[in-house]
Amino acid sequence: MKFRSVFDIIGPVMIGPSSSHTAGAARIGRVARHLFGREPKTITISLYGSFARTYKGHGTDVALVGGVLDFDTYDERIVNALTIAKEKKIKVRFTEEDALTDHPNTARIHLTDEKGELELVGISIGGGKIEVIELNGFALGLSGNSPAILVVHNDRFGAIAGVSNTLAKHEINIGHMNVSRKEKGKEALMTIEVDQNIPQVVLDEVELLPNIIQVAKISD
Amino acid sequence: MFRNVAELVELAQSKNKPISEIMIEQEMDFRGNTREEVYAQMKNNLVVMEQAVERGINEDVRSHSGLTGGDAVLLQNYMKTGNSLSGQTMLDAVSKAIATNEVNAAMGTICATPTAGSAGVVPGTLFAIREKVNPTEEQMVRYLFTSGAFGFVVANNASISGAAGGCQAEVGSATGMAAAAIVELMGGTPEQSSHAFAIALKNMLGLVCDPVAGLVEVPCVKRNAMGASNALVAADMSLAGITSRIPCDEVIDAMYKIGQSMPSTLRETAQGGLAATPTGRELEAKIFGVSLDRK
Repeated sequence: MKFRSVFDIIGPVMIGPSSSHTAGAARIGRVARHLFGREPKTITISLYGSFARTYKGHGTDVALVGGVLDFDTYDERIVNALTIAKEKKIKVRFTEEDALTDHPNTARIHLTDEKGELELVGISIGGGKIEVIELNGFALGLSGNSPAILVVHNDRFGAIAGVSNTLAKHEINIGHMNVSRKEKGKEALMTIEVDQNIPQVVLDEVELLPNIIQVAKISD
Repeated sequence: MFRNVAELVELAQSKNKPISEIMIEQEMDFRGNTREEVYAQMKNNLVVMEQAVERGINEDVRSHSGLTGGDAVLLQNYMKTGNSLSGQTMLDAVSKAIATNEVNAAMGTICATPTAGSAGVVPGTLFAIREKVNPTEEQMVRYLFTSGAFGFVVANNASISGAAGGCQAEVGSATGMAAAAIVELMGGTPEQSSHAFAIALKNMLGLVCDPVAGLVEVPCVKRNAMGASNALVAADMSLAGITSRIPCDEVIDAMYKIGQSMPSTLRETAQGGLAATPTGRELEAKIFGVSLDRK
């Protein structure tokens, strides 16, 4: 079942006018921001399907950028997000894509600064609910509603066990887990949705495990 | 966890509890939260809804595009003449639904129910009924849980997104949700709620999502108005003892299949329907400063 909480239906509290094009877009932007872990210097956003056709009128552009600026769906600053980004000297660029996607409301967000970059594809599935379907080229399924950690690792035996053992030690329960890799033996990604928020100390511990490259968390 | 309306009604009947209670208990179970926490969050949503309604019926709210705004106030003034044909509660619901959607179109703060484009119907009907029967705060919060229980089923078995299923999935769902909740508030049974939902949604089937210039304004605001009136009539019919010949879950399934067979031009792309009328195109060109030839 895609929708599990009554507050997915009665909610979110948000800035209008569209839950899928405004609130959902803000949430996609915010997940990208949390994964990037800091304010980017450039934001490049590709819009597909209904997003590409109607983003200006729905405020999808300001919502996506507002999300990247770490604004919540009800944050009134969303309305001025493009101006705020400009004041912060963040370069923002939008492209409208013709390509057909599986879902009509799809956005690809590319964030960069001098320290690195991140690319994320998110879909807005209605009523403000979103899914993240791709991160840095890896396919994944992430609801954006539960706290989650993403672990980039080397595809070696024991890497997954090490992470799950660390979580078990800290009494963190895994609700959903997904592992994807581009090629056998190369870089891989663990996506782990958990029941409670993850303290930084746990993330630090996971990062020190053998074969772990990078760890990021998405809070509730 | 209930998966469809039949199970929801069955749960309510076997436990001898209202539908709102089944939804509250499921939410507590899903989140691991206390009743107080779940109640408080819904109460907060109720407050947001009331503020949007009050703003819409008292202020001259205008959207950035200039396409919508001010109609809720017009209707409130008209009601004061005492000459309306539809009756006070009906028109109050309609004006309060419009109020919410006008605030939404103006990028104001609203609570999506189930979406932003359909945010007017549930609070519009609720705050009109408040004027008539003076419910307790708990009854009003329960109204939202009952609405949510039905929306929950639609979202999981069909769709609540106009881009995916047309406006029947948005305003249609909202209308059914409100109808079911009205029935519970007015003392009807869980089964009567399901009939009210079915009757309401049946009369929204096939509703396309064709926003002019792609904005959640025309025809969205007025569709919420009609949704609110439809919800009241469906609830009254069900409370009178009228049943839906087609069971609620089958209506939801029909809605889903209709949505699937709709062309993408009629699913929130602003490529068909009212959006593609000469006036629709003219408004679009004017709002975005593009010449009509390029459309």
